Amino acid sequence: MSPSPPPVPPPDEMREIFRTMTLIRRFEERASEEYMAGRIGGFLHLAIGEEAAIVGTVSALRPDDPLTSTYREHGQALARGSDPRAIMAELLGRSTGICGGRGGSMHLMDVGRAFYGGYGIVGGAVPLALGLAWAARYREADQVSVTMFGEGAANQGVVSECFNMAGLWDLPIVFLILNNQYGMGTPVERAAAVEDFYPRAAAYDIESWKVDGMDVLAVRAALSEAARLAREERRPACVELLAYRYRGHSMSDPDTVRAAEEKERWKARDPLVTFERVLLGEGIMDADAIAAMQAEVDGVVDDATTFARESAEVPVAELADGVYAQPWNDDPRGSALVRP
Amino acid sequence: MSTEPKDTTYRDAINQALREEMLRDESVFLMGEDIGHFEGAFKVTKGLLAEFGEARVVDTPITEAGFTGLGIGAAMAGLRPVIEIMTVNFALVAMDQIVSNASKIHYMFGGQVSVPMVIRMPGGAGHQLSAQHSHSLDAMFAHVPGLKVAVPATPEDAKGLLKTAIRDDDPVIVLESEGLYGKKGPVGGEDHLIPFGQAVVRRPGRDCTIVAHSRMVWVALAAAEQLAAQGVEAEVIDPRTFRPLDLDTLAESVRRTSRAVVVDEGWPECGIAAGVAAHLYEACFDWLDAPIGRVNSADVPMPYAKNLEQAAIPQPDDVVRAVLATMAREVTR
Ligand SMILES: Cc1ncc(C[n+]2csc(CCOP(=O)(O)OP(=O)(O)O)c2C)c(N)n1
Ligand SMILES: [Mg+2]
Repeated sequence: MSPSPPPVPPPDEMREIFRTMTLIRRFEERASEEYMAGRIGGFLHLAIGEEAAIVGTVSALRPDDPLTSTYREHGQALARGSDPRAIMAELLGRSTGICGGRGGSMHLMDVGRAFYGGYGIVGGAVPLALGLAWAARYREADQVSVTMFGEGAANQGVVSECFNMAGLWDLPIVFLILNNQYGMGTPVERAAAVEDFYPRAAAYDIESWKVDGMDVLAVRAALSEAARLAREERRPACVELLAYRYRGHSMSDPDTVRAAEEKERWKARDPLVTFERVLLGEGIMDADAIAAMQAEVDGVVDDATTFARESAEVPVAELADGVYAQPWNDDPRGSALVRP
Repeated sequence: MSTEPKDTTYRDAINQALREEMLRDESVFLMGEDIGHFEGAFKVTKGLLAEFGEARVVDTPITEAGFTGLGIGAAMAGLRPVIEIMTVNFALVAMDQIVSNASKIHYMFGGQVSVPMVIRMPGGAGHQLSAQHSHSLDAMFAHVPGLKVAVPATPEDAKGLLKTAIRDDDPVIVLESEGLYGKKGPVGGEDHLIPFGQAVVRRPGRDCTIVAHSRMVWVALAAAEQLAAQGVEAEVIDPRTFRPLDLDTLAESVRRTSRAVVVDEGWPECGIAAGVAAHLYEACFDWLDAPIGRVNSADVPMPYAKNLEQAAIPQPDDVVRAVLATMAREVTR
């Protein structure tokens, strides 16, 4: 388990953590409405229930620590401070989207905020994070690369390859296994020989432990320690967060596999509700302040949604823009492989 | 590592390109299996560990997907990794990283980051390595938008194209040929870069255009010699890169000769020769006097037995036959 817990963050930060968690929750609820209304296409994976894992992680990092994630990454972008308008516009496939409508829900990126993207191939982004850690060390910079992936992804071979290289070369990386106990409809016990995942990293001489992923302060403490190890001692670390997602795998999953009783049990531990209780109990926020914050957040989400809906579509003439950083043919209809 | 310009091997030409670019740009580093202490399975990286140290010449575990992905991430952060995959056969386990990540990242994220990396690897058959170690997978890479693909046939091109690849801001796949590492020829100096998308005429001729790349250039040139003895003047053109493809030079030649044969060491179905032929049909249909010929490896997993292997890979005689077929002639001896 986590070494000695660092001090509780100051009140301002506590409030900010709660606001970000609320923003993610409300933003994703709105995204699900936009999806149901047919304005968002493709896959839409919601992280509702995982807000503590996301915000606890991001709040423990430096803003220039490169962060990579999976397709379930709206929250990571929001927590990094990306513009909710640009994120919603990306979900709606508009020209004002954070990736110009090229990525969609699964592929947000905000390089200016060191958010290096959401990726759709399970486990496939973990080596990229290793490369970001490599680059930091190569330049003798002190950033820590943090990569979040699911317990399902932990079964991919390439993740073990990365554990090995990180352990072998002492790269400044934190592997964050977000164990929400399911990969689509498959529970851990039907997918993994051993239910805990963090010992896999330990096998490669990586400091690793497991924490309650529904408790934002516990997550934050664990990530602070993991980032410290990577930054100051230049050693990789691995944190497994035990958490739960309240919605199906994606919007197209009716979520019939998981038992109602199980869902209720985890909903009783809703990270927003439990953290609200902490704030009230400590006198950091009162009910009025919370209501005011929620109203402010709803305003942000309303504004982002209006902005996205009113934004122009991406001009088809720009279809082939950006296939290459150094292009040689702009003809959107022609094959990009032929010189004009 | 300086050799006389005239007799530099393809292997040493690549070594020179790596060394010169590492001296020029500190963000260039090399990574791959056995490239440092062992100096490369084909000794391409000879002397580089000694000169640049372990921080820039990195021996990896046998973990192609992992270190290829690492290279992509490092490139996203602005470094210029040159990843060596021991042979193209092992790139298959890294294909997800190449296709899902390297080729997509610039476009998919709206141009926020580029992936200025090189993945170089040799391929090809001819050494009785049988089915799992004899691939020519050029078509698989050329299929993918977002990649650039260079296929050097000579020491000069091996050096000049690799230097261009290292300085390019996109992911470039450089496909070398195991059979060419010992090939000697002149090479350019430090500033000799060969631009992508510029085909070169290896031998001028008026009767039929032969398009060939990598080791097949030499097969085509041998065929052209034989054809000349029969009074047929073939023009041999080497595209040098498939992304971009210099269709102008190819089409100009075919319009002149009215005939074409495409030679490719890969398999025939949906392959390089098929793709190039399709381009030429579209660009030159009204000029063609005969269907475009294709010479490929046989549509089989590469066999081990020497006679079978030689029968499976394109030989000069196969090219001669294909060229004569475009002229409605048969082989005469
Ligand atoms: C290589 C690969 N195989 C299968 C899929 C389909 N798929 C998408 S998400 C998913 C489950 C992943 O589970 P986990 O890693 O635990 O992440 P979670 O969705 O629970 O956040 C699967 C099987 C995929 N995207 N990529
Ligand atoms: Mg999961």
